[in-house]
Amino acid sequence: MASPGKPPVVHPALERNALGLTLRDYEGSMSTLCAGCGHDSVTAAIVRAFWELSTPPHRIAKLSGIGCSSKTPTYFVSGAHGFNSAHGRMPAIATGANAADRELAYIGISGDGDSLSIGLGQMVHAIRRNVDLLYVLENNGVYGLTKGQFSASADVGSKSKRGEPNPMAPIDPVTLALALGATFVARGFSGDKAQLVPILKAGIAHRGFALVDVVSPCVTFNDHEGSTKSYVHTRRHQVRAVLADFVPPAREITAAVGDGEATRVAMHDGSVVRFVAVPQNYDPTDRRAVFAYLQDQRGKGVIPTGLLFLDEGTPDLHEMSATIDVPLARVPYEKLCPGSRELERLQEEFR
Amino acid sequence: MKPTDTRDPAYYHKVVDCQWACPAHTNVPEYIRLIAQGRYTDAYMLNRESNVFPGVLGRTCDRPCEPACRRARVDGKPVAICRLKRVAADHRGEIADRLPRIPARKNGRRIACVGAGPASLTVANDLLPLGYEVTILEKLPEAGGLMRSNIPSFRLPGRVLDEEIGTILDMGVDIRYGTPVTSMKALLAEGFDAVFVGSGAPRGKDLDLPGRREAGGVHVGIEWLESVSFGHVDRIGERVLVIGVGNTAMDCCRTSRRLGGREIKVIARRTRQFFKASEWEIEDAEEEQVEIVVNHSPRRFVVEDGRLRGMEFDHAADTVFMPCDDVILAIGQEAAFPWIERDIGIEFTREGLPVVDPTTMESTLPGVLFGGDAAWGPKNIIWAVAHGHEAAISIHNRCSGVPVTERPPQGMNLVTQKMGLQEWSYHNEYNPAARAKMRHMDLGERLRRLDLEVELGFDAAQTAREAERCLNCDVETVFAESRCIECDACVDVCPLQCLTIAPDGGEEGLRPRLTAPARNAAQSLFASGALPQTGRIMVKDEDVCVHCGLCAERCPTSAWDMQKFELRIPYAGRPACTTKPEPASTISR
Repeated sequence: MASPGKPPVVHPALERNALGLTLRDYEGSMSTLCAGCGHDSVTAAIVRAFWELSTPPHRIAKLSGIGCSSKTPTYFVSGAHGFNSAHGRMPAIATGANAADRELAYIGISGDGDSLSIGLGQMVHAIRRNVDLLYVLENNGVYGLTKGQFSASADVGSKSKRGEPNPMAPIDPVTLALALGATFVARGFSGDKAQLVPILKAGIAHRGFALVDVVSPCVTFNDHEGSTKSYVHTRRHQVRAVLADFVPPAREITAAVGDGEATRVAMHDGSVVRFVAVPQNYDPTDRRAVFAYLQDQRGKGVIPTGLLFLDEGTPDLHEMSATIDVPLARVPYEKLCPGSRELERLQEEFR
Repeated sequence: MKPTDTRDPAYYHKVVDCQWACPAHTNVPEYIRLIAQGRYTDAYMLNRESNVFPGVLGRTCDRPCEPACRRARVDGKPVAICRLKRVAADHRGEIADRLPRIPARKNGRRIACVGAGPASLTVANDLLPLGYEVTILEKLPEAGGLMRSNIPSFRLPGRVLDEEIGTILDMGVDIRYGTPVTSMKALLAEGFDAVFVGSGAPRGKDLDLPGRREAGGVHVGIEWLESVSFGHVDRIGERVLVIGVGNTAMDCCRTSRRLGGREIKVIARRTRQFFKASEWEIEDAEEEQVEIVVNHSPRRFVVEDGRLRGMEFDHAADTVFMPCDDVILAIGQEAAFPWIERDIGIEFTREGLPVVDPTTMESTLPGVLFGGDAAWGPKNIIWAVAHGHEAAISIHNRCSGVPVTERPPQGMNLVTQKMGLQEWSYHNEYNPAARAKMRHMDLGERLRRLDLEVELGFDAAQTAREAERCLNCDVETVFAESRCIECDACVDVCPLQCLTIAPDGGEEGLRPRLTAPARNAAQSLFASGALPQTGRIMVKDEDVCVHCGLCAERCPTSAWDMQKFELRIPYAGRPACTTKPEPASTISR
């Protein structure tokens, strides 16, 4: 028989979070992506991150555009709000939603096509506005839904499934975001959840735009020899440059990263991110140094991963716009739109 | 951790908890699937292969399989395995053409079996098709042993027993009724090639308390049941005390209820947790208004004017008197061998049981074997059957000039169940239905006669639903590590967190740090060899896997596959495999 979905049965010893929910309560429908798709692992990491944070499912808004990556919000947190926008337009929708209700936890899922080709103009403005949004870019270097053409993130020389090398230079979302002034920049690998889950948790806690570029192999069109975004290639060339540890507010620090040489960055909600960087004198809060480090590594063919840069000091969209603390969606209509007489009075001031 | 050797049939066999727990290793999941398909005769024959008496066992088995059933660990209640077996037996068609053919030319070997119970009948069942001449010596006028004399007909109708015993007797057993064996020496002198003792544990224990000798109306349970069974007794007093906590006590109180008993008490020394009777037997007795009295120790029989008036019991610091007309003692039974001379080479333990090799069933006198309750005291029918199969192998070895200790190995077969991308040839959908309840004959109706079967069996809808509760544990998750690309798809999709890709480590170190901690140490961990990309290992905790097949469905490289495991069990003259079994690893690749 064909499987209609996951059996409605759980491990008898399944743990519950602070809300009394199990990991299974943060799942969505069964994935219809190819078996072995990296995106499904990213989905599993997102499920775990929200479960560990005990975020109430109805306080989450998940948004996406078009593409394999953009199907994945269906596969996590069924109880969340959701929006599937037009291709590449997720950042605009997320910005609007965030403007209306600043209290939800926003997660946008995109891919290398959705973000770096059709939606590049959208993504860079969301970064510029520092929208409070966890932006997960599931990066596999190909257009999977249209049978594996190179995307804008494909490395020079990476081979297609038919053996042709890619001639064009890639757009690297990590250095792009750093250059644009992004306040949270990370890179992960779908095959390394131990690293990815704390990054996602920190990204959710971060006030502002958090870019997480995740190397997420396309098992069908880009997992062959010669590809630079395959499971094997990523495993051989991944360097865990920065180990980050997310410590939620008011929690005793007992996590994996040793405290000795750790750099601590306090988040706005009281949580703490602790860094242990592998390179000497790596400072995850020094944008220029991080940029220089990444440029340096690029030439060596390694894929540095981890929470690479963090800045908690830059105001987000709401602070820049000086909006009120109450989410606009909860302000009564009469107050939000005081009527044409008030508008006339306002316009009178400028005459 | 050492990679799991799945070439050993024992590994996958142990995953099939019910089959592993069954002394005869009945292929439970396969027969349940056959029942679900309406193939009752096939299901019956598959049962018969290993347990010989599916109709009898479908009503009376002690069900070692059910507490072992994985479903109990998943939703609290095991699959009603035993009652499904009865469905197959009740609805089967003609089986005569499926039974082994009995050669007209005999092989010249003569075997004697003492007692016509399930152990001896199994020996006959296994040896007759090989050309042996089997003689069964039975002291009673009918065959069946304790199945006949001790299990009341409201639990096991005589028709069912007659049919299944008849199948074996019709293979050409030389059965001699009314022939108690009084001397082993004399029997051995008759020149049989082997003697199998399957005479059961026919001696009921007595309760030697003051007043026992003077009191009429005190019965030993199994003797009384035998008298009822053969029609020598058909009445009992209105007030009956049954002493004992086993299934015999339950049979005695329920039989009394049908022979005129109105006020029946089962008296136990201790609390319910120490009861030996199957839970469902106790429930049935209570449903029939039998009162169960705990924490009362018998003190004496109260006899006045030569008549039994009642019994006195110690209860806490008090002495309690309970009036009664009859007392039935059901406090245990034992094997007894007054007919075996002690100087012929058959050694006995201090408890009076023969010294028997647990593998070969042979006693210290080569060629003399024991099985069933005669070997190690009271067990259950299914154990007697298992002993019978092993004894038959020993006898066949002996007669073929092979050492009895040379046991034929078990074999196995693994067949993929993959039909398409997301299509399996078994029903992999988890059915959340609750365990079906047995329908019972109406209380007023059932007590009218002794031989009205109380349990009515499952109806069609119950059968269909209950069969779907089976988790198909024999459809095994088979892993080929060389194909794994460590994409985590299986780990992520597994609804019961059974899978982990982890750095290698000892089993004790691994158990607590798996995706879900593996706390049930009785269940195996499967460990692969080093995975190609990172050298980590794939670990599966078998404990609560529901065999849904999602790991294999989401595996891009078919490193996981769902393969139906069939345990090949050797029987006398029918080895499980003629060649060495093919390694599972090559089958899966």
